[in-house]
Amino acid sequence: MTTESDSHLGEAVAARIERRWATLSIVVVGVLVGMAIFIGIDHATMPQGHVETADPKTLHLTGEFIESNLGSAMEADGSVTVRAIGQQYSFTPQCIVVPSETPVTLRATSADAVHGLLIEGTNINTMLVPGYVSELPVRFKAPGEHAMPCQEFCGIGHQGMWAKVKVVDKTAFLRMMASRRRLSCVD
Amino acid sequence: MLINKRLILAHFWLAFAVFGLALILGAWQMFVRSPFNAWHFNPEFYYRSVTAHGSAMGYVFPTLIAMGFGYAITEATLEKPLVGVRWAWAGFALVAVGAVVAMIPVSLGLASVLYTFYPPMVGNPFYYIGVVMVVVGSWIWVALMSINLMIWKRDNPDRPVPLAMFANVAGSYLWGWTAVGAALEIIFLILPVALGLRSTIDAGLARVFFSWTLHAIVYFWLIPTYIAYYTIFPRAIGGRLYSDAMARISFILFVVVAMPIGVHHLFADPQVGAGFKFMHSVFTGLVTLPTLLTIFTICASAEIASRLRGGRGAFGWVRALPWQNPIMLATALSLVMLGFGGAGGIINMSYQLDATIHNTQWITGHFHLIFGGAIVIMYFAIAYDLWPHLTGRAMDHFGLMRTQLWLWFIGMIVTTFPWHYVGILGMPRRMAFYDYANPAISPQTFSVGMSAVGGLILLTSGVLFFVVLIRGQRAERSDAGAYRFSVPIHMPARIPVALNSFGLWLTLMVGLTVVNYGYPIAQLLVLKQTNVPAIYVGASR
Repeated sequence: MTTESDSHLGEAVAARIERRWATLSIVVVGVLVGMAIFIGIDHATMPQGHVETADPKTLHLTGEFIESNLGSAMEADGSVTVRAIGQQYSFTPQCIVVPSETPVTLRATSADAVHGLLIEGTNINTMLVPGYVSELPVRFKAPGEHAMPCQEFCGIGHQGMWAKVKVVDKTAFLRMMASRRRLSCVD
Repeated sequence: MLINKRLILAHFWLAFAVFGLALILGAWQMFVRSPFNAWHFNPEFYYRSVTAHGSAMGYVFPTLIAMGFGYAITEATLEKPLVGVRWAWAGFALVAVGAVVAMIPVSLGLASVLYTFYPPMVGNPFYYIGVVMVVVGSWIWVALMSINLMIWKRDNPDRPVPLAMFANVAGSYLWGWTAVGAALEIIFLILPVALGLRSTIDAGLARVFFSWTLHAIVYFWLIPTYIAYYTIFPRAIGGRLYSDAMARISFILFVVVAMPIGVHHLFADPQVGAGFKFMHSVFTGLVTLPTLLTIFTICASAEIASRLRGGRGAFGWVRALPWQNPIMLATALSLVMLGFGGAGGIINMSYQLDATIHNTQWITGHFHLIFGGAIVIMYFAIAYDLWPHLTGRAMDHFGLMRTQLWLWFIGMIVTTFPWHYVGILGMPRRMAFYDYANPAISPQTFSVGMSAVGGLILLTSGVLFFVVLIRGQRAERSDAGAYRFSVPIHMPARIPVALNSFGLWLTLMVGLTVVNYGYPIAQLLVLKQTNVPAIYVGASR
């Protein structure tokens, strides 16, 4: 037979177990969030820090996204900047060349709808929102070819929007770059 | 004491009818994009279908379930007829008419913009007007829940609000506020363009507004499921609820932290800076807390029920659970899917891991497992539990129910696990077809085929579900007695005011939303040159 004090005892035990579980849950969440913070700071993988705009109405006429400026460009510090645009239903350039083992800055925007790009086999993944510039620091380990599909629904031709990224050896890239201002593997 | 049974039944039937149609579309989509289909068809049909599937499953089906279940909870727990029945019918009519108004342009191919809208693409205005009607209809329900609770509290100043009602009203407030984001997007940004009053739109700002709705809406879908875990499951297996207070804390946590986390959908977007992405990432971590608390409370309640039935041992008690009971089975399968889906969600919450799977099939797999799996299987359970009380007829095809639940579980696993896998390989989502001959894509062929098979299994389960419901509707008359919810093991004598009212929590909900969304929205409002030309969808081709 249960007495009044037994019932109180049971209630106290139940509350204690529950508190322990709640504490454990908070610790688990704390550790996960802590890991994300650590990796963000230590490996410097944080999202783009600032918001930058680009007018899609004049992209083709003026500014850094005019057609002759798209593709890979050599910077004075030895890094490479890749500029690209997404439009219904292709990327320009449709095939990007980059060197391996080199810091690369990817700058891209959209000329019409919302697009996105991801480079398969890497962690490179960003949205392209018309009106805004997406900037991403990337680095490719080894030479090879990667598919680069549009990852956001952008209209009825979305399924056809696939581009390519060709990673070449650093010296080969410098040789290709020697005679050109901007490089892509389309031309 | 269910009085307005026709009102409740109408909500459930319309919800499941919409669900059935959208399920057929879903299974068709799985097939046409799989390697089983030669890709010679108009891709526009695919996007039309995805728009209809998403709008029906996201906006209409769960909303009607929450509304119908909410009315049932109100009458059963407050033990009096619903106040405002005419308004409730008006809300139902708005949702029903709104769904039709939205679906006509979609089926004509005039609004293939997907349920997430994606401006600057802009479809036929009636699509958006229909969606707004659905939302406004559901807001009538939000108001009715609040009014009914206030009247009851006035008449019963000393009694604690019954747990099911407390959770139900929490869910309604959550929905009332989270729907505001998409409503602002439609009314101020999209509709003026759709109606031809303006021709440009800020796509980035629109995405920020939509993210306000997009994440907390999932918790609105989840609340009926959690109510079933806490207040139906322990009673159905012959036990009691482990803790009443912890249940309330879980629902309060959902109200407070479900809202200011939506920007984790925009981790890869250029129009929100790093600081607020970080804030939203942390809050997304916090929202796992109520789920962890729930898993403990529900498993502890199950263990107690099992030991009362003679279950023994550290794990042996699991075998002594009443597995023939469909509610037992549904809850267990739901928790398994919640476990896998939740683990995926914890991956998605960090910016660093999201980069690998952002907008890939992984995401599709994730939310189908959580919503289609863990949540919807409990909607089935709620229907099975409630039906005899609504129809006044026996419902005892337990074997058929168990088969249906198992098939739903298996179908969901077979569909979503391969999706997660191809997502890691980098398969983009929402494409009408894939060129499986392309060496970059061919390794994904088998997995996509598997998920199409999963779609067929789900369709079979859906058919069985309707067989059970229709049989229940045509069975012998029998009195199921009063509808009851579980009682806690230790009924608290007094409940702290904080766990019995919403004032403080609603203030926090709105306050945190303002803190976490105020700056990103203000920044984009101030920023010049962010309006871009609209792209009219389905215009003269």
